[in-house]
Order: sequence, then structure tokens, then C-alpha cells
Amino acid sequence: MIAPVIGVLFDGFAYGMLLFLLSVGLSVTLGMMNFVNLAHCAFAMLGGYVTVTLMNRLGWPFFASLPFAFLLAALVSVVFERTLYRRLYRASELDQVLLTIGLAFVSVAAAAYVYGTVQQPVQMPSYLRGSVTVLGVSFGVYRLFLIGTALAITLLLVGALEYTRFGAQVRAAVDNQRMARGLGINVEGAFAFTFALGSGLAGLGGGLAIDIVGLDPSFAFTYLIYVLIVVSVGGLGSIGGSFAAATLIGISDVAGKYYVPELGAFLIYLVMIVLLMWRPAGLFGRR
Amino acid sequence: MTAAAAATSPHAWLQAQARWNRTEIAFWLATLLPFWLFPDYLVLASQIAITALFALSLDLILGYAGIVSLGHAAFFGLGAYTAGLAAKYGWGEPLTGLMLGALAAGIVGYAASFIIARFRHLALIMITLGMGLLLAELANSLHWLTGGTDGLQGVKMWPIFNKFRFDLYGTTAYSYSLIVLFLCFLVARRIINSPFGLSLRGIRENPLRMPALGASSRAHLRKIYTISAVLAGIAGALLAQTTETVSLEVLGFQRSADVLVILILGGAGRLYGGLVGAIIFMVARDQFSGNTPQFWYFWIGALLIAVVMFLPNGILGGLAKLSSAWRSRA
Amino acid sequence: MSAALATRGLDKRFGSLVVARGIEFSLPLGARYALIGPNGAGKTTLINLMTGMLRPDAGEILLGDEPIAALPPERRVARGLVRTFQINTLFPHLTPLEAVTLAVCEREGVARTWWRRVSAYSGVVDEAHAILSSLMLGADCYRPTRELPYGRQRLLEIALALATRPKVLLLDEPAAGVPRDESAELFAAIANLSRDITVLFIEHDMNFVFRFASRIIVMVGGRILLEGTPEEVSADPRVREVYLGKSHRTGVHHG
Repeated sequence: MIAPVIGVLFDGFAYGMLLFLLSVGLSVTLGMMNFVNLAHCAFAMLGGYVTVTLMNRLGWPFFASLPFAFLLAALVSVVFERTLYRRLYRASELDQVLLTIGLAFVSVAAAAYVYGTVQQPVQMPSYLRGSVTVLGVSFGVYRLFLIGTALAITLLLVGALEYTRFGAQVRAAVDNQRMARGLGINVEGAFAFTFALGSGLAGLGGGLAIDIVGLDPSFAFTYLIYVLIVVSVGGLGSIGGSFAAATLIGISDVAGKYYVPELGAFLIYLVMIVLLMWRPAGLFGRR
Repeated sequence: MTAAAAATSPHAWLQAQARWNRTEIAFWLATLLPFWLFPDYLVLASQIAITALFALSLDLILGYAGIVSLGHAAFFGLGAYTAGLAAKYGWGEPLTGLMLGALAAGIVGYAASFIIARFRHLALIMITLGMGLLLAELANSLHWLTGGTDGLQGVKMWPIFNKFRFDLYGTTAYSYSLIVLFLCFLVARRIINSPFGLSLRGIRENPLRMPALGASSRAHLRKIYTISAVLAGIAGALLAQTTETVSLEVLGFQRSADVLVILILGGAGRLYGGLVGAIIFMVARDQFSGNTPQFWYFWIGALLIAVVMFLPNGILGGLAKLSSAWRSRA
Repeated sequence: MSAALATRGLDKRFGSLVVARGIEFSLPLGARYALIGPNGAGKTTLINLMTGMLRPDAGEILLGDEPIAALPPERRVARGLVRTFQINTLFPHLTPLEAVTLAVCEREGVARTWWRRVSAYSGVVDEAHAILSSLMLGADCYRPTRELPYGRQRLLEIALALATRPKVLLLDEPAAGVPRDESAELFAAIANLSRDITVLFIEHDMNFVFRFASRIIVMVGGRILLEGTPEEVSADPRVREVYLGKSHRTGVHHG
């Protein structure tokens, strides 16, 4: 009786951690620059394809591929940030939406051109496969690994944001951009770095996601919707909010699909709309 | 213009703003050309007219009132399923079916407008997106009613006025869609030139100033959102009736994104933007997408980036700029 | 004589920053009052509180005899409490004729009509044009607002406010940013306002303040420092200290 509930909670939490990795970067950059980046998951998808390519075509081990998923996504994103995004910081959100939807379209087409529209197969290393059974409940090893990684990254992020000089600058920029500028903080520089970091984390999430949700060119849009839900429910610019929202969404999605499969994703969208109507700035948003 | 304007009265000037000009008349006459020039493409022409109506409905909220919606297909789909279901379950009369579609979309649009009018910016984008997805999921799970991913089969339309049968060549379909588009366009045009339309442009230009003029922006937004939902519903109903089927795709995110692209490409905030955009988009898709739909979206994406970067007011905006530059040189 | 507009104990704070504390004043019908004070004194905040753009933490606002602190901004405008903005808050792509017609339509309650043309309401259009002409904007009223010179845009700010038929008009630095030699036109327009309209204005040009205001309210740090006639205010040592102590640029001299 209890075992399936724990199993659903565990799977939901693992899925939530994946969503957290995918969305935390967007949350922070949105909080900083109010830039609506609908191409965020295109960077995640890039990370996924980097992982697949390194593992399947070059035979790299999984753990060696992941850092490159992070790095390449970060690098490519910062190129776009410097060339395209920065020109639209003061533009209307409609222009930002259009530009980034355009980028997402292009990324989907490019992925389909290079890799085709089929799901990419990956073979996880044997020590990440299988499951361990504790008190009659089985926990997937890969999901345990995913949770561990996400928690470690969360601690790192929170630590960096709270205790480093750069973190203080980023927090100031999220809080009040004008005042941060007045204090001589290089907001653009801080933003470019944060943007790269956030996209890198999304890329890492993309690499980690393959074993859970698969990878095909539609990834950039399918998960964008989940990421946007997490960000808007959690509140812009809030790491804690994203974490809580990702957990909530992850668990309700898995539970919904487990207990009322006929409703599909209906439940998630309903939860989002109701939450947004109740608190338009998100659970942890301040505005 | 200034010299001439200085001499005119304010009444004459305002009337001139609302008057039909020659380009407009030529445009509508040209919509008749497919009957003679491209008789093999009337099915496509009908789809273009329907898409143009859908884009026009989005223009009313996005271009005139500044409501960014990523879920406008919800109303298109509502109209389509309502008209399709009516025909499937024994009422295939097209005009009343159209009205049913409009009514269903209008009722849901009116209910949703109370939510829409309260939000702006990211929350608004998310709410419209969420509502669109919600409806798509709902249609998917109500498989017994909508046919789910198989689509709604068995839609049988009666002849229009008991006389004009829907034919394989799309002659009736295009005539029907074009007439409905034109009538809806007349309504939209009248709205734009009305005091209400003026207030909408005020909201788009400066939402902050409107309350300081004693205006209740939310009431205006609710009204235009409902009207827009009705027009989108009519467009959806037209598609269901002329193709005699409804697929889940009428509610999809892709359709919401496409219509946004069409409107932006043509130029938002000018009545003809959606129409011109629909013609270019649909003809190009018919010609180029063919066997590889992904690459079609590559070009759409590239085009969006280019429009945002270089052509902020769409094709019509660019043309207007060119023509005024040319006139000031001459 | 009853007051056109009065406040009782108006408080407002943002976090620990007090922007209004115990604000009390009353404007008699037809009055011409000036609100002065150094930057950051809370003058614009006070206008935002009175017009409903900000909600006060405590206190009451009376328009005539009616308490209005709970009303949303547009309802206060409908009752005759109207403001202009320090930074142009106009409709860039509308022409002045369209903008003022819009305002008159809203006032007349015809802005809900979508099935008739604007030009069918000839009374509305005539009134809009008359307001623009009275502010010397008649010749410019067919050009998009964003193409107008800055000084003309400031006049349009006032025209929009007048189109609502205000009983009480709050002018927030009407001449802000207008070069000195062009501001005469603006001040003339304000001086010509109907005596039926009660006016409170924020202005930094002391010449105009002393010439035009019957009484002056001085605000410092979110409080009213004093209220008095121009003579009383210019003679008050505290006012001299506030102004001269901070900057010698804005002298509180008469003439």
C-alpha cells in the first residue's frame, strides 16, 4: 500500500530535480533582465545532443561527456546573448518572445537535420542501471544519482550566491538593477556570466534527461513548457522558489500520470493556472 | 500632408482616416482572382481565407490592445469542434453551425477575459499558453467525444442555403470562407474606427495613462478579448465545415505559434497585416514544406529572427516606411 | 467655504522609507495652490496617493464631501480629480486630435461603442478640437504625438487632463524639461485655466510659483513643513535653509 506511494514520490522528486536543473538558469536570468527566453530549452537540447554524440559516435564515457554538455551549451548561449539577446533587453516582451521562439524553431530544425527525428538511444554505464531495494521499495540507481547531482548543484549555487562577491553582485542586480548599476556593478557582465551558467546547467540537464525522458528534436518545446511552468510558479529570480516549484510539479506530474493517466498533463496545466491566478508573481516571487 | 491637413476640419480628417482607399478596394477585388487564375488551388485559397480570419482575430487583441497570447488556438479549436460536433450529430446546416462555433468560443472567451484582463507581461503569456495547453489536453482526453488523435470523423455538411454543395474543387468552400472573412473584416474595421477602437489603441500605446483619463482598461480588454474569441471561433468553425473533419491540431501550440508568426510577418496593429501574412505564409508553406516540414520551421525561425531584428513592424510596416521615404524624396 | 479637495492624516511608507507622514491640507474651491519642496520630498508620491496610483497606509482623502481613498484611479477621475504627469505620459502614435477625442469619449461614456465611427460623434470631436485650439495645439493636432516638439507635448498633457472636465487638477511639474524661453506658453495656458477648476501644482520655477499661487505648501522628507502665502513662505527661515542649504541654484526669491 505504502510502497507505490513512496515509489511515486521518489520518481516524482527525481523528475522534479531534472526540471530544476533545466529551469533554474531561466529563472535567474528572467529575474535579472526580465528577458523572456523561450529558447532556453534549445540549449538544454544542445547539451543532450552533445552527450549523445560524444558517447555514441566517439565512445566517450557518460561522465566525461557531461562536462562538455555543460560547457558547449554555456558557450553557444553566450554567443547568442552577446550577438542577439542583448539588443532586445529594452524591447517589448513580444519581440523577445518572437526572437527566442524563432531560435527555438531553428534549433529544432537543425537537430532534425543532423540527427533525424528519432529518439536517440543511449547506453548508461552499468553501475547506473538497475535499482536498489530498501524495505520493499525499489529505487532506481540512475534516479538516485540524478537527485544527488541536483542537490549538490543546488548547494553549490546557493553557496556561491550567498557567500561570494560575485553572488552578491548577481543578487543585487536581480533585486534592483538600477541601484546595482549605481553601485558600479557591471550588470551586463554579471548577466552574461549568469546567462552562460544557466544555459550550461540546462545543457547538463539535457544530458542527464536522456535516460529519463528520451531525446528528440521536439525536446526544445516539450520541456520549455514544463520549464516555464516551474519558473512562473516558483517566482522569477528565486532559486529556492524554482526548487520548490520543480519538486511540486515533478511529483504532481508523475503522480497524475500514475493515478489518473486519462487526464494526461491536464492536471499540471490546471495547477499552474490556479497558482498563477492566486499569486501572479509565483509562490516565492516578490512582485 | 501637413499643409492639406491644416486646412481640413477635424471631422473631415477623422472621416478620411476611416475611408476606403484604392489599395484596399484593389486588395479585395484581387481576392476574387483565384476563381479564374488558380481554379486548382481553391482549397488552398479557402484555407488562406480561414487563416487570415484567425490572424485578424489575433490582431484585434495583440496589435490593437497589446495582449500577447500564446494560446489563441484555444478559441479556433473550440469553434472547430463545436461546428464539427454539431454536423456530426445531425445538424449540418453551415450558417447556424458557424454561429454555434462563434457562440461557444465567445462564451469561453468571455469567461477567460476576466482572467486575461488582470495580467500583463510574463504572467499573461503563461496564462494564455496554459489555457491553450489545457484545452488541447482536454480534447485529447475526451476521446469518446472528439476522436482524440484520430480526429473527428463523420462530419457531414448540408449545402449552404440548401443550394450550394461543398465540392471537391473548393469553389463553394472558398466563396463561403471569403464572404465570411469579408464580413468579419468589415466588423473589425468598424471596431477599429469606433470610439472603442480608439480606446484600445490608447491601451496599447500607454496603459498607464488610461486610468488617468477615467478609462476602465479592464472592461475594454474583456470586451475585445471576447470579440476576438468569437472571430477565432468562426475561423475554426469554417475550417471544420470546409474540410469536414477536425483534428487535435486545431488546438495545438503550433497553431497558436503559427498565427503569431503570420501576424508579425504581415505587421501587427494594421488590419491587413494578418491577411497579407496569411497569404505569404500559406502559399510559401504549400510550395516549400512538402516532404520535410522540419525545414519549413527552420525558415520560419530564421524569418522571425530577421523580422524582430530588421523589420519591427512587419512587411506592411516596412512597405509603409519605404513609401513614405519615397514620397518625401519626390 | 467647503474644500474642493482635502486630506486627513495621510501616511505612506515603502519598507523603512517614509514617503508621506501625516499629510493634511485642504484646497478651497477655485484655489491656486503650489506644492514645492526639494527633490525626494514626496511631492509626486502625494499626487500618486491622491489620484489612487498608490494606496495610502492610513488617512482619508475627501473630494468635496466624499471620501475617495478606496476608489480606483479611474473612478476618481470620473468624479473630477485629475492629474498630469511630470514625465510625458502620452500616446506616441496617436495624433493629439485622436488622443483628446479618446479622453472626451471616455468621459461621455461612448468609449464602449464599437458599432459607430468616431466621426459620427460630432459633438465630441468639436469639443476635442476646441480644447486643443484653446491650448494653441489646433495646427498640430493631425500629426502623431511623437513627432511634436517637446513643449507641445507638455501642452497636450494638460489638454488630455482638461478633456476629462476636472473639478480639481493636479499638475506635476507642467514645465519640466521645457527650455526657459518656451515655458511662457505653458504658464500662460495654466494661468488661463477656468476659475471653476481648483488647481494644485508642483513647480520648480519660483517666479511662476510666486506669481500664480495664492498659497504655497512646502514639503520636506514626506511631511508638510509649512503652508502659507507666498510672502510668509519666502520669509520663513526654515524654507530658506531647506533650499539654500541644499543648493543655491533654486533660490526662493520673489521676482
